[in-house]
Amino acid sequence: MQKYIFNRLLQGIVLLFIVALIVFALARATGNPADLMVPEDATEEERQFIERNLGLDRPYHVQLFVFLTGAIRGDFGDSIVYRKPAAELFFERLPNTLKLLPLSMFIAVGVAIPLGVVAAVKRGTWIDQLAGGIAVFGVATPNFWIAIVGIYIFSVWLDVLPPGRMGGPSHYILPALTLGTFSIAGMMRLIRSSMLEVLDTEYVKLARIKGVQEWKVFWKHCLRNALIPVLTLFGVFVGGFVTGAIVTETVFAWPGIGRLTIDAVAQRDFPLLQAVILLDAVIILAVNLAVDILYAYVNPRIRYN
Amino acid sequence: MAEGRTNISVPAPPETVERRWQLKYELKQLPWIPLIIILIMVFAAVLAPIVAPHSPTKQSLRDKLRPPAWQEGGQAQYILGSDILGRDILSRLIYGARVSLIVAFTALLAGGAIGGVLGLVSGYAGGKVDTLIMRAVDATLAFPTILFALLLAVTMGQGLVTVVLAVTLILWARFARVTRGEVLSLKDNDYIALARVHGCSGVRIMFVHIMPNVFNTFMVMLTLHVGLVILTEASLSFLGAGIPPPTPSWGQMVADGRAKVATAWWISIIPGVAITMVVIAFNLFGDWMRDRLDPKLRQL
Repeated sequence: MQKYIFNRLLQGIVLLFIVALIVFALARATGNPADLMVPEDATEEERQFIERNLGLDRPYHVQLFVFLTGAIRGDFGDSIVYRKPAAELFFERLPNTLKLLPLSMFIAVGVAIPLGVVAAVKRGTWIDQLAGGIAVFGVATPNFWIAIVGIYIFSVWLDVLPPGRMGGPSHYILPALTLGTFSIAGMMRLIRSSMLEVLDTEYVKLARIKGVQEWKVFWKHCLRNALIPVLTLFGVFVGGFVTGAIVTETVFAWPGIGRLTIDAVAQRDFPLLQAVILLDAVIILAVNLAVDILYAYVNPRIRYN
Repeated sequence: MAEGRTNISVPAPPETVERRWQLKYELKQLPWIPLIIILIMVFAAVLAPIVAPHSPTKQSLRDKLRPPAWQEGGQAQYILGSDILGRDILSRLIYGARVSLIVAFTALLAGGAIGGVLGLVSGYAGGKVDTLIMRAVDATLAFPTILFALLLAVTMGQGLVTVVLAVTLILWARFARVTRGEVLSLKDNDYIALARVHGCSGVRIMFVHIMPNVFNTFMVMLTLHVGLVILTEASLSFLGAGIPPPTPSWGQMVADGRAKVATAWWISIIPGVAITMVVIAFNLFGDWMRDRLDPKLRQL
């Protein structure tokens, strides 16, 4: 087990290193990064300040070394627009994004699991078809547009929910709904197909033969096993959450890391964007690692591969 | 064998009737609604200058914020209404279809080619090469591509090339993974062993003996991913990291109307409906292709 954790950790670090390398290379492949970092109306003095500040007058390998050692210490340079350490900005905004997480997860899981299970159990009936329809629409509808439709229906037409910004509990509903829709379709499909697989196994047949009540068979015996693939793919959902946060926070003017990312893009604040991307990568990899380790702990077959 | 076949008396059905029946059957099987939506989109994109009633970029402040024709205050001239700058929504949709299809076509070609070749090599060569390529695939798939796309948009500047590159970055990994799996299941076949005995080089075996057998899967993958590409392009344009204005693109049109949802819903809602319809059409068409050509891909 320790060896497994060590291996996975090593893989994670290599991946992070690759991401850092790509970010570093991209910034320099298109010319002097200083050009990216100075605002269009910058004075020559500001430009030189940035160049000196980032050591852009030094050779590439020295720059890479400085960049990497800085990143390890959590120093990603200062944001140009905010004139503050980029990492500090990220961690200031992170709680706001995390506040959306519980409700949106609750919505996603609360819709996806029951619908997926019922669709599998009642395979071929109208419920299954409804679930299939939701999946087709869920995959094809752009989430930013769902958010706007949500605003139109609940804020403009019915006038019951605020259209954006942080505030009281009612401000959380629309953003969390939007964020939740990012994983509903995928999660539901996954649960439906793994439920179908589990329903076909011997132990389920045995449970039924034994005379266990149907609902107990479905919701206890089957669902537990059907959830395994969902856990395996949890990492994918975390990646989806980061993407979702960017879109959701843009539409709802939510001051989290997603909004910070888009602000960095819009204002061409490269050090900030760089920091956000690397820290996102750290979070995604850390969650993936945690899930993998937990998974290996629960399921011993994984460890020996 | 040949003798055996002649000996069995098969009641020969009148061939023409049989064929006509088959054709009718085939036509019935086609996913007509998705196909029609796709064809309309392709025609609109190709013939944009002819079919579009207005210029997609011409502003007319006198005609700004016109509602769609069926609404009160709407004009037949602007069937789907006009936006904040008085540009015709329908014309912008038609020109936007162009952008979507160009991005989808080039990115799928590039991503499919790169991923296909890497998948072939990875599956056929095995060993260290395989491990290396598959690790890269894992890394790409684990990381939200939108972040790479945003990074590219800032470093390279916005534009068609950036968007295509960003989308290619997602696609290659998916194609590589599926192609590799397919190659793995093919390469233990006897005809591959025979080719090797004959002294065929690895490259020849990969491209002459394996590639044609992966082709069906590859085509299915291509069709199944058109929708995803269109969605990604729309998201990037919506976030301001896609095709820069004034070139109309669907995602950007949705973004344009965001601040005006309360008074002019059509600016945002209509392009969104277009995106959804087209993506569903391509996805259903892809599903149909998959069921016809490569049913074992169903799990994807």
